[in-house]
Amino acid sequence: MALLEVDGLRTYYFTSEGVVKAVDNVSLSLERGESLGLAGESGCGKSTFGYSILRLVPPPGRIVGGKILFDGKDILRLDEESFRKEYRWKRISMVFQGAMNALNPVRRIGDQIVEAILAHDENATEEEAYKRAGDLLELVGIERVRLRSYPHELSGGMKQRVVIAMALALNPDLLIADEPTTALDVVVQAQILNLLKELKNKFKMSLILITHDLSVIAEIADKVAIMYAGKVVEWGTSEQIFENPQHPYTRGLISSVPRLRGKKSLFWIPGQPPDLINPPPGCRFHPRCPYVMERCRREEPPMIEVEPKHYVTCWLYVKK
Amino acid sequence: MSGRISIDEIISKGLEKGEYLIAALDLKKYFPLRRGITDIVLRRRYFVRAVDGVSFAIREGEVFCLVGESGCGKTTTGKTLIGLLPPTAGTIFYRPKEETKEYLSEIGIGPTKGDYYLLNELFKDKRANKIMRRELQIVFQDPYAALDPRHTVLTALEEPLVVHRIGFSREERLEMVFRALEDVKLIPPEDFIDRYPHMLSGGQRQRVCIARALILNPRFVVADEPVSMLDVSIRAEILKLMLELREKRKLTYLFITHDLATARLICNRIAVMYLGKIVELGPTDVVIGNPLHPYTRALVAAIPEPDPNNRLRIRKLDIKGEVPSAINIPPGCRFHPRCPHMFDRCKEAEPPVMEVEPEHYVSCWLYAKE
Repeated sequence: MALLEVDGLRTYYFTSEGVVKAVDNVSLSLERGESLGLAGESGCGKSTFGYSILRLVPPPGRIVGGKILFDGKDILRLDEESFRKEYRWKRISMVFQGAMNALNPVRRIGDQIVEAILAHDENATEEEAYKRAGDLLELVGIERVRLRSYPHELSGGMKQRVVIAMALALNPDLLIADEPTTALDVVVQAQILNLLKELKNKFKMSLILITHDLSVIAEIADKVAIMYAGKVVEWGTSEQIFENPQHPYTRGLISSVPRLRGKKSLFWIPGQPPDLINPPPGCRFHPRCPYVMERCRREEPPMIEVEPKHYVTCWLYVKK
Repeated sequence: MSGRISIDEIISKGLEKGEYLIAALDLKKYFPLRRGITDIVLRRRYFVRAVDGVSFAIREGEVFCLVGESGCGKTTTGKTLIGLLPPTAGTIFYRPKEETKEYLSEIGIGPTKGDYYLLNELFKDKRANKIMRRELQIVFQDPYAALDPRHTVLTALEEPLVVHRIGFSREERLEMVFRALEDVKLIPPEDFIDRYPHMLSGGQRQRVCIARALILNPRFVVADEPVSMLDVSIRAEILKLMLELREKRKLTYLFITHDLATARLICNRIAVMYLGKIVELGPTDVVIGNPLHPYTRALVAAIPEPDPNNRLRIRKLDIKGEVPSAINIPPGCRFHPRCPHMFDRCKEAEPPVMEVEPEHYVSCWLYAKE
């Protein structure tokens, strides 16, 4: 049984200008110990997907439909208190985007990690929590003595490590990391990616990595899902997506990644992502798609399995 | 000291032959830190040595790139070069267009060396400084912050024309704004002139910023991470536009980026900076394909590629830790605490930037000939 099974998830933001369908009928699953990379342009709903799994969608957003089965249980049907006690941070935790800059500047690192532990583990004493906070720091490659440091005494990479340590505080089964390396320099980014890989291997932890950077996803993800305008347009193993991409959007996205070796090509996807309040009818990618057909403008394409476990949402692959 | 020729000598020779459009020699920019009471009493001063002696020269029509991690001084170098920040030390030579030269001679300023004017001096003179704005422009990193949210596209583009008293009438200026928008492919321009920045996408905003930088018809443009805030899927479109404009408007670019892969796509030459110094400089393909400085090597090795096989291995990183603060720069070679090849000499003396093979310069004792 999959650790996480998301079925038809819909998360909308009810703004004064209209309903923003940020996540619109998304279905994905994730096995234990597996890592999923979620990619797409800014505003495609990838972060909202992450918040939805943790049931932390900021208002005016709300999960309006679908199921999220975690270890076989629909966590959307639990009341907030039992979800908070049994799931959030204990079994599912998250490294939020920009969290390293959200550390409390006037409190020591150790106290902040201890707070996270005590908030979720009722049985822990303060002394135990401190010991565990020290172990966590060592786990992410920081010396124990740093428990007494303040955030401003740490470098960017170290702060990111602290935030990861906080997310690991209660040994979650699933870690969601939202743009964990975006603000970091390449050398530090490579260090953090190595750390995430090591942690994943060591604890057989499942990981969802949300980022706009496909190169970062290739560094770590076993499976890749490509989102566009609130929908998953392609989903498969890392090899399938990178070596045999099918959806025109995925192909465009991969071609637009600048590379360090090989042919130098300036490739981009013309146009811009649609407004999610009034998405285009039919396939949402059709205004930018080089292969657009009449049908794409009218009807929404279904998700099709083009090869085992490789799904594409595109009319090009629907057999007549 | 070493059998190799230093970059300063080569640039000085090139200036005599008139090879460059703009050249910086031993450029420095320090920022003073705020002092506490004890520092004032003890007369201690601290500086962030953001740019600490860099020399490079850019040829006309070239896209020259400064690459480095955050805090290495690449933006400060760009701003100092075009006079947005006064340099602490060093010289900048520049060869202006004919009409600018005429104006400069009218106000009694002549060239310093051959055809070259000393920019440091020009920036100090109010009138000369103003005329140089028509020659030297900048496109900033963040198109969301670089445009005034309460100015329409028209106001933003017209302002430089008004300030510089270009165009005899409103109609003429409007015509110039229209042409500038067409140049950056915001077509038809009448759809865009009345929009406010929030009504534009990120890519469109950056086009407006480029149009604004080009409306005074400059020759040299500093592009400070012009695509890093944009989605990867549309970056190449802006880069292509910049290359087209270079052809059409005979521009020379200083392109600043932290991303070697982007630099590779559009730059002719690359200079890699580390803690306020250039550690390696050369043609793009040489620096990326055959990096010599241990820092450049590490940088190239750390860049992720969209190859799914990468996930099966832990990436080998030769250098540990992070960049130290520019307030306490390590003695000797400033990279030595992180360098895997460090030896005694590196701790004692700072290596000069030397030509190791034609056009390829490295600042590292490993390559110094005895």
